Amino acid sequence: MSKSRPFTPPPYLGLVVALAAALFPATAHAASGGSVAAWWVWPLALFLVCFVLGMIAVPAGIGGGVLFVPIVGGFFPFHLDFVRGAGLLVALASALAAGPSLLRGGLADLRLGLPLALVAAAGAVVGALVGLALPTRLVEVALGVSILCISALMWRARRSEYPVVAQPDALGAALRMSGVFHDFAMRREVAWQVHRTPIALALFAGIGMLAGVFGLGAGWANVPVLNLVMGAPLRLSVGTSGFILSIVDSAAAWVYINKGALLAIVAVPSAIGMMMGAFIGARLLRVLKAATIRRVVIVVLVLAGVRTLAKGAGWWL
Amino acid sequence: MNETGAPRAGNPSPEQLRYARLLDWCMKTGLAVLIAGFVVYVSGVLPVLIPFEALPRLWTLPVADYVRESGMATGWGWLAMADKGDVVITTGIAILTGASVPCLVALVPVYARARDWLYLTVTVTLIGVLMLAASGVLVAH
Repeated sequence: MSKSRPFTPPPYLGLVVALAAALFPATAHAASGGSVAAWWVWPLALFLVCFVLGMIAVPAGIGGGVLFVPIVGGFFPFHLDFVRGAGLLVALASALAAGPSLLRGGLADLRLGLPLALVAAAGAVVGALVGLALPTRLVEVALGVSILCISALMWRARRSEYPVVAQPDALGAALRMSGVFHDFAMRREVAWQVHRTPIALALFAGIGMLAGVFGLGAGWANVPVLNLVMGAPLRLSVGTSGFILSIVDSAAAWVYINKGALLAIVAVPSAIGMMMGAFIGARLLRVLKAATIRRVVIVVLVLAGVRTLAKGAGWWL
Repeated sequence: MNETGAPRAGNPSPEQLRYARLLDWCMKTGLAVLIAGFVVYVSGVLPVLIPFEALPRLWTLPVADYVRESGMATGWGWLAMADKGDVVITTGIAILTGASVPCLVALVPVYARARDWLYLTVTVTLIGVLMLAASGVLVAH
């Protein structure tokens, strides 16, 4: 098997995307006012934004959807139904792009992820059905509040590189959720096991439901539950979260597809950009300082959360 | 005693590698079809159901209004419209969204051979949840 060389993004890429992002509000206004000449601006802008989001989502330990939905929902002219549908495809694409590499490299664990993915996928289907039945304004307000809560959670949440699990719980032991994790960054092998598995299963059902309602993906919540509640090593939690996302977002995305809420012109440039970014993000996971990326992500999330909340409440359209 | 999922000396289990290999293949196939479909769509090789000029108005509507005004199919009805550039692109989306299913199906004989009934049940149930979501039964009116 040939090994691909790590990709280094060109230094001007960030500048291009920043310029494109700076132009969004003006262009959005033009489009909502009926400008037909600018339709192609949106696929291009979505591609560029999602490429960057894909690169930072994996090292930040979150799915692309949690960044995509508030940013695109807040600053682009698309209806929230299509943004949520595209958000799920984007999060799914990001997880799929990173998944094989994470599983092959032992950074994700199949046995740890499968039972959690099952309950989360069931929750996601229910959440998607509920989310598409609710009034848009209500979903926008709830989304804005949720994003601000997620930002606070990300800011305050402690993480533990190698949590101590003295004794596995009965269910975790029965499912044989344990193994030996090779930490490439620390160049050491770490034996791990989990506890509080029943609580984690209940939490994952709720996380899946939120993912379905808001089209957010669920990496922001998967990692804390895997790491802090179950006691899985941090890097293994981040990788396994990506694997779980690839299944959970798929379940919710089918509901959006079947409802007609997956608009290709919105979803496809976003998903392709996110996948290309995530290919790089998965490789950067081993070398980047996750804490720095998380701080940037939190600031962006707060801005997008305020914007979405204001839009839903009718304060700032 | 089964052979799956035993503590591993830093190496992924054989079933995990099998899953990763299949996921990689499905993901790359889905991505290729998605990109090809998008090129077909924007290049105008096939006629489109929704003219590009109509998109900026339609994408601001709630999904129910969008479906009504555009005539876009719901459920698996898109298959009957696959001669349209903006519908054929759904093929790539469907492959990507369904990418996990063949990977999970590939785990079934592994867990069955190993008599790992717990994970066999988890895997089969998960396949069932994904198939139910994909079927469109849940959103049918």
